Amino acid sequence: MRPFTFERATSTQAAVKSAAEIPNSKFIAGGTNLLDLMKLEIEHPAHLIDVGRLPLAGIEDTSEGGLRIGAMATNSHVAAHAQVRSRYPVLTQAIVAGGSGQLRNKATTGGNLMQRTRCVYFYDSTKPCNKRQPGSGCGALEGLNRNSAIFGASHACIATHPSDMAIALAALDAKVETLSPSGQVRSFAATELHRLPGETPDIETHLIPGELITAVVLPPPPKGGQVYRKVRDRASYAAGLASVAIAGGNVALGCVAHKPWRAEKAEAALASGSSSAEAIAAELSEASNNGRNRFKIDLIARLVPVAIAQANGSQI
Amino acid sequence: MSSVSDWEATSNPVKENRAGNIGKAVDRYEGPLKVTGTAPYAYEVEPPSPPAYGVLLSASIAHGRISNVDTAAAEASPGVHLVWTYKNVPAQGPRPARYDFFTPSPRPALESERVHFFGQQVAIVVADTLENAQAAAALVKLSFETEPQSVIFHDHFDEAVQPPGESDTEIGDFEAAFAAAPVKIDDNWRTPLQNHCQMEPCATTAWWEGEQLTVHTSVQMVRFAQSSLAETLMIPHKSVRLLTRYVGGGFGGKGSFYEDLVLASLAARELGRPVKVAFSRQQMMHGTVHRPATEVRVRLGATAEGKLTAMSLMTTTHCDRRGNFTEHASNFARSLYAAPNRLTGHQLVRLDLPVASAMRAPGEASGTLSLEVAMDELAEKLGMDPVELRILNEPPTDPETGKPFSIRQLVRCMREGAQLFGWDRRNPKPGQVRQGRWLIGFGMAAAIRGNFLLPAKCSFTVDAEGVITVKQGMTDIGTGTYTVLAQIAAETLGVPLGDVRVEIGDSELPPAPGSGGQFGAATAGSAALDAGMNLRKAIAEIAVADLASPLFGGPSEDITFQDGVIAISNRSERLSDLIRRNRPEGLTAEGEIRPAADAGKWSSHTYGAHYVEVAVDTVTGEVRTRRMLGVFAAGRILNWKTARSQLTGGMIWGVGSALTEGNSVDPHYGSLINQDLAGYLVPVQADIGEIEAIMLDEVDDKANPMGIKGVGELGISGAGAAVANAIYNACGARVRDYPITPDKLLAALEAL
Repeated sequence: MRPFTFERATSTQAAVKSAAEIPNSKFIAGGTNLLDLMKLEIEHPAHLIDVGRLPLAGIEDTSEGGLRIGAMATNSHVAAHAQVRSRYPVLTQAIVAGGSGQLRNKATTGGNLMQRTRCVYFYDSTKPCNKRQPGSGCGALEGLNRNSAIFGASHACIATHPSDMAIALAALDAKVETLSPSGQVRSFAATELHRLPGETPDIETHLIPGELITAVVLPPPPKGGQVYRKVRDRASYAAGLASVAIAGGNVALGCVAHKPWRAEKAEAALASGSSSAEAIAAELSEASNNGRNRFKIDLIARLVPVAIAQANGSQI
Repeated sequence: MSSVSDWEATSNPVKENRAGNIGKAVDRYEGPLKVTGTAPYAYEVEPPSPPAYGVLLSASIAHGRISNVDTAAAEASPGVHLVWTYKNVPAQGPRPARYDFFTPSPRPALESERVHFFGQQVAIVVADTLENAQAAAALVKLSFETEPQSVIFHDHFDEAVQPPGESDTEIGDFEAAFAAAPVKIDDNWRTPLQNHCQMEPCATTAWWEGEQLTVHTSVQMVRFAQSSLAETLMIPHKSVRLLTRYVGGGFGGKGSFYEDLVLASLAARELGRPVKVAFSRQQMMHGTVHRPATEVRVRLGATAEGKLTAMSLMTTTHCDRRGNFTEHASNFARSLYAAPNRLTGHQLVRLDLPVASAMRAPGEASGTLSLEVAMDELAEKLGMDPVELRILNEPPTDPETGKPFSIRQLVRCMREGAQLFGWDRRNPKPGQVRQGRWLIGFGMAAAIRGNFLLPAKCSFTVDAEGVITVKQGMTDIGTGTYTVLAQIAAETLGVPLGDVRVEIGDSELPPAPGSGGQFGAATAGSAALDAGMNLRKAIAEIAVADLASPLFGGPSEDITFQDGVIAISNRSERLSDLIRRNRPEGLTAEGEIRPAADAGKWSSHTYGAHYVEVAVDTVTGEVRTRRMLGVFAAGRILNWKTARSQLTGGMIWGVGSALTEGNSVDPHYGSLINQDLAGYLVPVQADIGEIEAIMLDEVDDKANPMGIKGVGELGISGAGAAVANAIYNACGARVRDYPITPDKLLAALEAL
């Protein structure tokens, strides 16, 4: 293991100040992803700032009729919260589709958004990976890329974002609140927090160095049904092959891009009266593939209409 | 040497089972230690003085050589004691031309500059702490020169050769009979490379006292590892004491041993202090052994009535460049169904991949995934029930050798399984049963796995408290060895289970071959029974010669052993009283088992039948098992609980083989890309619905003196095929390329 220093942040302001001042520092909360990456020599922070005990774990109503979820609320806590279960069931379904019970008990809302791809080439430091080591190339491009992106990929990176929760947040038009080292509070749409890979897949979000996610804010739930469907190789504790979150007329796709993918073309087609099959076909017209992940296009085409029907009350 | 008829004719306490210890659902002997985290596994053993810690470095190419080594920075790193590569590792015994499972031979570590496979261990760093060793390991600079590699099995079929010393086995004229058969099946099935994924990685704690080496490690075969290690270190066998008290899973992957054992021993000698070395999960995937991929061509020819006239399984598989291991996926078929014309054989492709070797039910686990699906396809073509097709082709004697079966209750397994499962509710037409988003299907398959007995020894000691101590150089790899040895001892000496101690996993104890090939319980247990019988005799002789004993004067052959009391009719005393008076230091007897001289006259196997209900989501291609039932005939069962646990564990592994498991080989790098348990998917709780294993009442008196057989490998055999058949029954799609993942099943559904 490589030496690193560790501090427990006493306040949110102190945390972001430390992060800005100390080179190569990282926030840590549940540590369910970062510790693995450190053990595998994929991440090597010089300094860890533990934000896990900051008073950011609350879940409260907003004056707009929505819900404000503190960044340190654990995945388990959010998924089980009565308001979330009754008004945002897609979020509960998405969270419990991810990880395992033990992981969800440790993992936090902010950390879930900041988790890194499960691309096997990213995890294997003997392989080239532009995300892990910029400029080294992409092992997945010509490799076993079954679980890579079909939207927004670049020649530098075809990795996907692994979060289930983030797909539901994208469908719910959630906002992500942050505090930057300068003291500025910023707000991102859940679909605008993460970036597409482009030439710099190592830069995964629009956060500036030292900026900390403090909360996720849900607007009032959209009218209409909600559902989250995830397809995976085994019934639990497995990364998805494809997933979809439906919230009213909103459709977000998971396991298909470097970021939560809001299917705007499909939504527009649905809004203009297209069938769900036509709508998702419109979205998939711009999908690309690298061979082994071709099946995802077909899978999404089959999955989304069923999910929409389910959200609309079909028993299937 | 004893004969099978001796075993059949002679009664013994295990057969009589008067106290009822045999067959009972006894909790694990070492269970409380394991669930409270107090059973010291090899890495956790506390050595006599503070240890140093070794970290291994692995090759990042599949084929070539180490072209440059720079260890200066690592050696200068804090706390580092030594850095070894092939350039400076101490001399070791030479690697033999070929390895086999039973001949001890040197396994030198960091042997040369040559790299034979991705993940081969190429260096070790030993430091005062694990953290310092890991930090220094990151500073070792190794350069590699690659050479052309062959790593993709299916690209090299043209290089396949017959395994050395083997030939195809043909009875009758297969080709002619197959050509003439009115109903035929001719298809290929693929199984992927698989890894054992034991919970406990390979690990060693080693220390020296003068010329004497003590190692705690995690292996399946005590004496084999101890002798091989001594030969690797070029020291006398007796200079090595090897212990392996608790093994967190073996499954064939720890049948041999690896660099952790050799390099911990060498480094401990070099440093004059204990050394601990463990493999990482990634190193377990590449640096140990795996089950190789197979492609099996099955051809079945049958009459219109369903009688098999021709049957062939031809397997192509792979092993490492220097290896010789063959996944004998065709062999089991030689004993399963009657067919007058038969052809079976194997072809081997040598690749620049990690070392291929045994994994749970080698041969059967892969092979049943083809034949038992082909039988399902044949049944459908014939319009027959798959159970009835199998029963129609049940052979009266071994179909290849003509030998009588020691006992064969396969038909009963199938019949009882069908009834208990509700097989009559299966709609033979696929795709007919829908529940919401799921299509429901039933599938079944037969199970068969060979039975073996190897030579073994054991000792029993009774002390002045009347406590029996069983000692044997045997292992418990999670199977229940400790527990069944205690049961045999309790039953044989007539003492309560709580008065039995079991000491195993130590090379200084009477040797047993270890755990593997589901021969463990029969082999170790038969030696234990013999030791127990010899101890009874010794006790009886002392009792009838002891003037102070109520049993004085005999007859010694009439003495009974029950509840810690020895008696001749109404004359009795406590066993402990006798021992305290006569042998206060304890009384020991030894025993052994050898295969019977005439054991080869019978065809001896374990059998079973699997029934599975699956649900298939035809939108997503996801498959979930809902119910599994296995009915098994495996001789007398020693412990209902541990046997059932092994059988259901095997069945669950069958689900994994059918649906999720397998290592993919990267074509450019020659490595296994899913090298952790997040990428290599074994079934989790949610994948398994109801599961039950039922063991028929059976005694196989020709197997060994106890009439027991093994169950460790039977449960997986055929289980995956039943899942595949259930998928077909649910949705009408066949995928012959395992595992049947959603992407493959969707493609098959779309092709319908």
